[in-house]
Amino acid sequence: MRIAPTFNVALRALRRNKMRSVLTALGIIIGVGAVIAMVGIGNGAKAQVEAQIASLGQNVILIFSGSTTSSGIRTGWGGAGTLKIEDAEAIRREVPGVIGVSEEVVSTTQVAAGNQNWFTRIYGESADYFDIRQWPLADGAPFTAQDVRSANKVCVIGRTTATQIYGNENPIGQILRIKEVPFTITGVLMPKGLSTQGVDQDDIVIMPYTSAMKRVIGGTTLRNINVQIGDPQQLEAAQQQIISLLRQRHNIRPGRDDDFTVRNQQEIAQAATATSRVMTLLLGAIAGVSLVVGGIGIMNIMLVSVTERTREIGVRMAVGAHGSDILTQFLIEAVTLSSVGGLIGIVCGIGASKILSAYANWPTLISISSIAIAFLFSAAVGIFFGFYPARKAAALDPIEALRYE
Amino acid sequence: MNNGAIVSLIDVGKTYRTGEMEVLAVRGVSLEIKRGEFVALMGASGSGKSTLMNILGCLDRPTTGHYLLDGADVSGLDRDQLADIRNRKIGFVFQNFNLLPRTSARENVELPLVYSAQRLTNAELRERADRVLASVGLAGREDHHPSQLSGGQQQRVAIARALINEPEVLLADEPTGNLDSRTSVEIMAIFQQLNERGITVIMVTHEPDIAAYAKRNVMMRDGVILDDHVVPRRLNATAQLQNGRTRPQGAPNEESPSIRDPNENCTNV
Repeated sequence: MRIAPTFNVALRALRRNKMRSVLTALGIIIGVGAVIAMVGIGNGAKAQVEAQIASLGQNVILIFSGSTTSSGIRTGWGGAGTLKIEDAEAIRREVPGVIGVSEEVVSTTQVAAGNQNWFTRIYGESADYFDIRQWPLADGAPFTAQDVRSANKVCVIGRTTATQIYGNENPIGQILRIKEVPFTITGVLMPKGLSTQGVDQDDIVIMPYTSAMKRVIGGTTLRNINVQIGDPQQLEAAQQQIISLLRQRHNIRPGRDDDFTVRNQQEIAQAATATSRVMTLLLGAIAGVSLVVGGIGIMNIMLVSVTERTREIGVRMAVGAHGSDILTQFLIEAVTLSSVGGLIGIVCGIGASKILSAYANWPTLISISSIAIAFLFSAAVGIFFGFYPARKAAALDPIEALRYE
Repeated sequence: MNNGAIVSLIDVGKTYRTGEMEVLAVRGVSLEIKRGEFVALMGASGSGKSTLMNILGCLDRPTTGHYLLDGADVSGLDRDQLADIRNRKIGFVFQNFNLLPRTSARENVELPLVYSAQRLTNAELRERADRVLASVGLAGREDHHPSQLSGGQQQRVAIARALINEPEVLLADEPTGNLDSRTSVEIMAIFQQLNERGITVIMVTHEPDIAAYAKRNVMMRDGVILDDHVVPRRLNATAQLQNGRTRPQGAPNEESPSIRDPNENCTNV
């Protein structure tokens, strides 16, 4: 009803106690700033993890060869060697929506060129692999489907391997000896950085899986099969079809466990982002605590203010203020402190995360929603913590308030 | 009913309850005050005069009886309704002035208008406050804070605040209790001038020489009216100030210092 004049009264009261108002708002400024900065850091980390997951490739299904139990000893995934090259070909042939399949074998070994040598990971893949992983070459060319069919002695290498063996020299066309087999380097991959597990993804040699199986690793089974689906809508259906196809090919009777494991990239992404979501939540919660502490600061000062201004409240009531006018006045004071503090806190929080990004090299991501939530929360803190003192003021008896010393 | 009476108390009683004890502060008071009267309510502390004053000022409600203010029964009104009555019909002047600290005289005077039903622009507020301040002799002091004003000046700001809503009744609770004698006479002069203009003044005091400026004295003791009489030889504060006499002749309060120097203007508390 008399909001506008009451608003003026509240603002004048805050201006009468400038230092106190600033210090009270400071609690909220720090609280909101901390929430914005912390959630920004958490979201930045989450975005980074998501980007790394996306670098695994879009709509990818991973099929791992299963574990077997032999004499009571269970091997891990990939231990049994249940996946055959024919399985991969069957998937390529029979599952609709498949746009790329890469048979994968993995090993680690010493590689050498000239007088340099390096211990690295060897990946045997099909020519589709670079598309599936969305991993373009920085230089040179990938090996071809023809190289895979002929098990040619060609490979591409990651940035780390290239630097370790060749330094600043151009590795393209050079010979890399892997288990004493000379391979010609056709290309160098774009650097991909660390994986979500912290593995250097650029410390790698990739060659046709046929060459790897025949000339480097030996064996006839695959560790896993990477399958890429064209349409994300079909991912789930394709995964089911792959499972039933492989069960059929492996003669697994109904009710028996699969001898392989199928994961899609979304599941892996969910697991990884869950971690960073928990981190964001934790950081936000810790910062939220400081916001609550700031709110208690407001309540404290408002209670002091009500006591100190008891006579003023009495005078206001004597000249005709309703209880609701007094309530509104003190509530406006509290909400003004908290929301102005909130606005300044938002600016400080954005500034702090920009500084962290610039100097500590932490990725931060400020979302509009986190700003809006922080502001609304700070206003709510004002209402929540301002209400009790305001109600106390409004409930004062004018006669006793006037007599208060 | 409305035979020129602005205030009618009909068998008003007030009981305070403190734990098991019941204290009868006012027991069956009937009092009628006509428009344009200047009444001094007197009595020792504990006589019930403050309680009666709170009831008259609509700050408190009687436990029994009826209070008719300007012909309307206000004894049954709730908190907010009483607040509106106080805002429209009653102006308060307190012993300790009760001005808002660190707030200019003008803003102090504007205070009742903030809670008034009439909506004024800031310019109108300001103009009205300045006019009332000028009428109590404080032109040019509008921007002074209470700490920059003497006691008498502070009390005049309080009177201006009481007058801003053009009330029917001016209620003063020991208005000179914190002032020296010359300043007291100045305040009385303002009250008498306001009374001349038709404002009803009801003033609580325990000083007989202050009560002598009123037209009528009501004495209370133990919650009842002991005596109610018209003041026979009423003092004229304005005339005294002009004659340079600040202490009424024959006033019983002999030990109070009297300031006789007409050039003496300092009115600090």
